[in-house]
Amino acid sequence: MYAQMVKSDVPRVKGLDEMGPEERAFQERIDAGQKIEPKEWMPEGYRKTLIRQISQHANSEIVGQLPEGNWITRAPTLERKAILLAKVQDEAGHGLYLYCAAETLGVSRDELYEQLHSGKAKYSSIFNYPTLTWADIGAIGWLVDGAAIMNQVPLQRCSYGPYSRAMIRICKEESFHQRQGYDILMKMVKGTPAQKAMVQDALNRWWWPSLMMFGPSDEASVHSAQSMAWKIKQNSNDELRQKFVDQTVPQAEYLGLTIPDPELKWNENKGGYDFGEPDWNEFFEVIAGNGPCNAERLGARRKAWEDGVWFRDGLTAHAEKVSARSAAAAE
Amino acid sequence: MEAETTTEAAIDRAALFEFLLRMGDNTLMLGHRVSEWCGHAPALEEDIALANTALDLIGQTQLWLGLAGEVEDKGRSADDLAYLRDVYEFRNLLLTERPNGDFGKTLMRQFLFDAWHYLRLQTLLSSTDRRIAEIAEKASKEVSYHLERSRDLVIRLGDGTAESHARMQQALDDLWPYTGEMFMTEAADTALSAAGVAPEPQSLKAEWDELVAETLSEATLRKPTDGYMHGGGRRGMHSEHLGFVLAEMQFLQRAYPGATW
Repeated sequence: MYAQMVKSDVPRVKGLDEMGPEERAFQERIDAGQKIEPKEWMPEGYRKTLIRQISQHANSEIVGQLPEGNWITRAPTLERKAILLAKVQDEAGHGLYLYCAAETLGVSRDELYEQLHSGKAKYSSIFNYPTLTWADIGAIGWLVDGAAIMNQVPLQRCSYGPYSRAMIRICKEESFHQRQGYDILMKMVKGTPAQKAMVQDALNRWWWPSLMMFGPSDEASVHSAQSMAWKIKQNSNDELRQKFVDQTVPQAEYLGLTIPDPELKWNENKGGYDFGEPDWNEFFEVIAGNGPCNAERLGARRKAWEDGVWFRDGLTAHAEKVSARSAAAAE
Repeated sequence: MEAETTTEAAIDRAALFEFLLRMGDNTLMLGHRVSEWCGHAPALEEDIALANTALDLIGQTQLWLGLAGEVEDKGRSADDLAYLRDVYEFRNLLLTERPNGDFGKTLMRQFLFDAWHYLRLQTLLSSTDRRIAEIAEKASKEVSYHLERSRDLVIRLGDGTAESHARMQQALDDLWPYTGEMFMTEAADTALSAAGVAPEPQSLKAEWDELVAETLSEATLRKPTDGYMHGGGRRGMHSEHLGFVLAEMQFLQRAYPGATW
């Protein structure tokens, strides 16, 4: 999942005894682990929170095509090119499932695009970082898709049926993406010194932004507490970040790489790693639009949409002509 | 071990190698051009379809250039052929290296090529070289889908709004002078045809004309008259565009010679 800091519109999480009968019945179904389906009653806050989260996730898949897409034409072998094409195609497909899931909540794909293009809706901060070398394609698969999987696996159990089902399909494909990323890096670290240096450089640049993907600590966040009560979110940001670090450090060691964090140290007592704090100022700047690639990414998406107006209008006009002709023929 | 084919005895290796490069370089160049759209298409469904088309074309490239390397028998792999040749050694049609232009031009280029590609592969199904027939069989399944899609979009956009019509007509007029090359006879074509490997390019023209004319008519587009036609790609005489494609595509292999990826 690529959703960060999704707001829930609630001042605080209500207890069951403060709810009206409908809301109470709804909450009890969620507590019992039942899925909520599109036509069923749901609190407005639940609907809006889900739309924000799913659209942020869908937007991330779409914007996420760009940093990797710019290496398809430069992939070093035909096989790597084919694998990367397949991966980016999957991401567009994930965007499609997710926009469809959001549509079941009463919002159209065009509206969601409009919110993305106007800057109202967000996408993951990670895609505002540049892909400078081929090792970045490996690092994205390994770290970015790895962090995404960490978030997405619990979302397969999300209370909202269409989102949960979309996540089940997406998770299957994401694990292939992560493996292909790690495979690129395995090949490179066994290669020439220049290739090894390229991999270390990629890790240096992607490590901290990957940790930021989980968002700042949300132990005190009312939005996270509400999302957890609604089972839209299952784990805190810190829990997931810890899990990610614990999983990734041994993989980096296996590749013979150094994690760029002097504070990183195994902590026997907690059975996990201690690690440094990401630079949250940088994170907030990126979210605010000041990351290295924000302008290019959003600009590319807007341009694709605006340049495509004639194409979409042409298809619509043709469909109208065809239905007018068949109506005329039927008369 | 492959059974000895009748062709190998009947035709010289150089002609066969040449033919395989033409097939593989076409799919490599067009696959490259199509993949440039990744993330920039006018609709999400188009992003998916274009990535899928590029993926098919790159997969076909692996087969054609892989076989080219075998036939040449100098130890060059499909990757060596794709990444370590210079402009004058490429044998693709000029049409496939034309820049993308707007989405209409990309679709028109695809349609004009798909119509030829489909017919070419149909003729190769009965090639006397079994290895060629096998690749053609696999590729023609994919290409019949490419043709169905590009043909459908050309019709819908030609017969859409005034603007979409004008853009498609402009794309057609601009690309038309690059279509004649598909049917020009070059060195080796006669020998390939005589050996039953691949019929002469000219033999595809009537069917291609018919398929294209019927589609353009349904699209309400005017078929340009056959004037001067550019050629030379199949002999290694390319446009300036190809050098930039190679500079981008071959960057890593050239910058880090001998590295494995």
